[in-house]
Amino acid sequence: MIPELGQFSLILALLLALVQSILPLAGAARNIPAWMSVARPAARAQFLFVAIAFGCLAYSFLTNDFSVLNVTQHSFSRLPPIYRFAATWGSHEGSLLLWTLILGLWTMAVTLFSRHLPDDMVARVIGVMGLVSFGLLLFMITTSNPFVRMLPAAMDGSDLNPMLQDPGMVAHPPILYMGYVGFSVAFAFAMAALISGKLDASWARWSRPWTTAAWAFLTLGIMMGSWWAYYELGWGGWWFWDPTENASLMPWLVGTALIHSLAVTEKRGSFKAWTVFLAIGAFSLSLLGTFLVRSGVLSSVHSFATDPARGLFILAFLAVVIGGSLLLFAFRASQVGLGGRFALVSRESFLMANNILLLTATGSVLLGTLYPLFLDALDLGKISVGPPYFNAVFVPLVTPLLFLIGVGPLARWKQAKVPELASRLKWGFAASLIVALLLPLTLGAWKPLVSLGYLLALWIVVTVAIGVQGRLRTTTAWSANFYGMNLAHLGVAVTVIGITMVSSYETERNVRMNEGDTVTLKNYTFIFKGAKDHDGPNYQASRGTLEVSRNGRHVTTLYPEKRTYLASGMPFTESAIDYGFTRDLYVALGEPLGGGAWSVRLFHKPFVVWIWIGAVLMAMGGVLAITDRRYRITSRKKERGAA
Amino acid sequence: MRPWMIMLTLWLPLAAMANEASPVAADPVLEQRMIGLSENLRCLVCQNESLAGSRADLAKDLRQEIREQMSAGKSDAQVVDYLTQRYGDFVLYKPPVKPLTWLLWFGPFALLIGAAGSLYAYIKRRGSRLADQSLSKEEKKRVEALLGNNGNES
Amino acid sequence: MKRFLIPLAIFLVLVGFLAIGLKLDPREVPSPLIGKPAADFKLALLSDPAKQLSPADLRGKVWLLNVWASWCVSCRQEHPVLLDLSRQGIVPIYGMDYKDQPGDAQAVLNQYGNPYVETVVDLDGRAGINYGVYGVPETYVIDKNGIIRYKFTGPVTPESLYKKILPLVKELQK
Repeated sequence: MIPELGQFSLILALLLALVQSILPLAGAARNIPAWMSVARPAARAQFLFVAIAFGCLAYSFLTNDFSVLNVTQHSFSRLPPIYRFAATWGSHEGSLLLWTLILGLWTMAVTLFSRHLPDDMVARVIGVMGLVSFGLLLFMITTSNPFVRMLPAAMDGSDLNPMLQDPGMVAHPPILYMGYVGFSVAFAFAMAALISGKLDASWARWSRPWTTAAWAFLTLGIMMGSWWAYYELGWGGWWFWDPTENASLMPWLVGTALIHSLAVTEKRGSFKAWTVFLAIGAFSLSLLGTFLVRSGVLSSVHSFATDPARGLFILAFLAVVIGGSLLLFAFRASQVGLGGRFALVSRESFLMANNILLLTATGSVLLGTLYPLFLDALDLGKISVGPPYFNAVFVPLVTPLLFLIGVGPLARWKQAKVPELASRLKWGFAASLIVALLLPLTLGAWKPLVSLGYLLALWIVVTVAIGVQGRLRTTTAWSANFYGMNLAHLGVAVTVIGITMVSSYETERNVRMNEGDTVTLKNYTFIFKGAKDHDGPNYQASRGTLEVSRNGRHVTTLYPEKRTYLASGMPFTESAIDYGFTRDLYVALGEPLGGGAWSVRLFHKPFVVWIWIGAVLMAMGGVLAITDRRYRITSRKKERGAA
Repeated sequence: MRPWMIMLTLWLPLAAMANEASPVAADPVLEQRMIGLSENLRCLVCQNESLAGSRADLAKDLRQEIREQMSAGKSDAQVVDYLTQRYGDFVLYKPPVKPLTWLLWFGPFALLIGAAGSLYAYIKRRGSRLADQSLSKEEKKRVEALLGNNGNES
Repeated sequence: MKRFLIPLAIFLVLVGFLAIGLKLDPREVPSPLIGKPAADFKLALLSDPAKQLSPADLRGKVWLLNVWASWCVSCRQEHPVLLDLSRQGIVPIYGMDYKDQPGDAQAVLNQYGNPYVETVVDLDGRAGINYGVYGVPETYVIDKNGIIRYKFTGPVTPESLYKKILPLVKELQK
């Protein structure tokens, strides 16, 4: 009964999405207020029914309804309740429903926070989002229905993939999707601007908070994915340049370019066409990522099991949405107008340099991810493109970008005063350089890449300080935008330090340990106390105990496990981590070697959490920037109409 | 001395000493080298994992093969050759630089230079296209009143 | 303006590639050994461990090498096809039992039939690596001079047999 209700709700949502898109868009084109006013109620109703459908699916999972095929394939009766809930989005169908739900959520937010926008703009934005919702719902209903029944019902499920039975699974996909899908708002604003021909600085001001919000969520989503991979997969790596990871990084890179480009457009009215293009680009990459992960076109640990028919549908959807928007862009972009002029050395040009570097980085990631496919499609052989390529190309592109973080915010708009910039920055640069060169020596070996990393991180910190000090000399007034920007930039510096430290100074031991054996790793002594059976709700496990001490004092006890999941029989290593601000201690059990001995892998990873703390700071900076007063001017804008 | 006393004196120190764990690998230095190489090689039966981290049977076999080749004195290049002869370039995570992959390796930098050049040319061209308009005193006062302190921030 | 059409053009080319990509298998590994001499091995026979077989013994005739194992489920799928082929006597099929227990392998042949002239036992998989084996089953077509001419990955189907393998075999046997 409940699954059928869910199915029915999806169909209703489909019809409402159609209404949500056609009437407002036509109404805006023909200036019929009655049709335009359908936008908000239709969008809210559509969201309601998608939410009901989602609720029905979640209910089926929580109540172990194994007559629903999706539940049988991805759940298990002895799975802890929280993971039964998370399994709702553990499949292609379920995650698609989550996508649609979150799209509905963002649309809902637009209906609530758009009082200050002109009616035709609201109608167009909600209408475009309605078209995207329509496409997704159609895709779901025709090819990826989560509510398909299986009769007779199964006795029990095949279990959720053990790697997904983790708190990361509960948080990472929803937050990531909030980011991915959130770029649809910027996309819709861009479409509205192109359709109406009204593209000016106020458009940029309206788009900015939405874009920054989506960007902040995506930053957090990627950060969670990285952290989850760290403690769950392999030996504590935190980025593998896997196609799925790249699929989320690319919209983030373009999204970052977009929030910077919006700054120029808002402030100076320049680069409007470019900003619109980026808005299309960011969402297009989100859709492309969705395609890549579900179509079977690329091989990834992370991809959903699918069939080519679905891949074809998504590709067609992609072609229509992106192709359509790029076509519209081609026709309307030239009418957009130019905006203010600026010199070769100015904040505008630094921001454009930022954009070029970010876009080139995006291009390199896209090229590397798709190159094997290109060659294979042209029957030119089969190659693999992995971390060695991406690291070799990405790092040199990001380096000048990080350097620009120091220079851009301090440069004047329109015409930077180079001598003034140089004088403010030269001591900061010198100080950063000296510390960067000397610091590695205190840690052991001197490595040039380590110094480079430090130089860039210190440079950012120093220039943020200079910028803040410069502002405080003229005013102590609070500016959310200014301080948010600096917080986000500091976050970048923190991440760079984390990456530099862990890449260069990580140490590892891979040893055989009998009960009572010890091993030392960087002043820490680990004593193996043997492994015992320690079964869980849906798995059997051997749990090892390691006492960790330093200078004779007990630090912690770690319990790495080797599990075998009951439903699937899959073996699994659950590593044990002692998190720390300056280092992580990471231990994983290898194989039992007979006689109670085990092979054990131990790692000392210095400053690795800084990678994710930095990302959190970036997101916080973004959120802070959104709270700026300039985005809250409501009724005045409405009275004056579109600027 | 009685045999049992000899035994005791031999066993006691062993019991008192905490045993330092020995490395799993027979030759840790070689192992490091093997892992370093394997990290850049692809596990052929996995969904995008390296040869170093994979727990698949074939991966174990190939790691053992690499160990033995390195013990026999083969260089990294020779080991890589051995694998590519049998499995093709697919096994390499670092694609070889050959005409087929020039676009891959040099594309991004070519793109960067092209884009930077275009931006430079565009700024120059645009500057000459736009005439600078200056504000009158009245207009300047109005601007100040409207903007308040938002003089020169982002 | 024409330059604004560039992104659309690039995108359409991309879509074209992705469409082609839907028909490809990203995990299939094509063999670089086509046209190269079949690697030498000297492995014991399953039927008589005292005797050995090497590819050099098979010079002068075209033959198929089928890599299989008792633990391999898809190998059962292709088994009837191979049996049928062996009865037709067009080309001899030699088996390579990959990383398996000889006892288990013999049991499978006893139960399901034996399409192989002989089966060699590759206990540790070393010989397989020399042929670029990365999964089972895999089938190689080797010509009179001991050169590998074709590799088929996965269970042999009647279609692949009649469309690809047999025409090549007949060509090589001339």
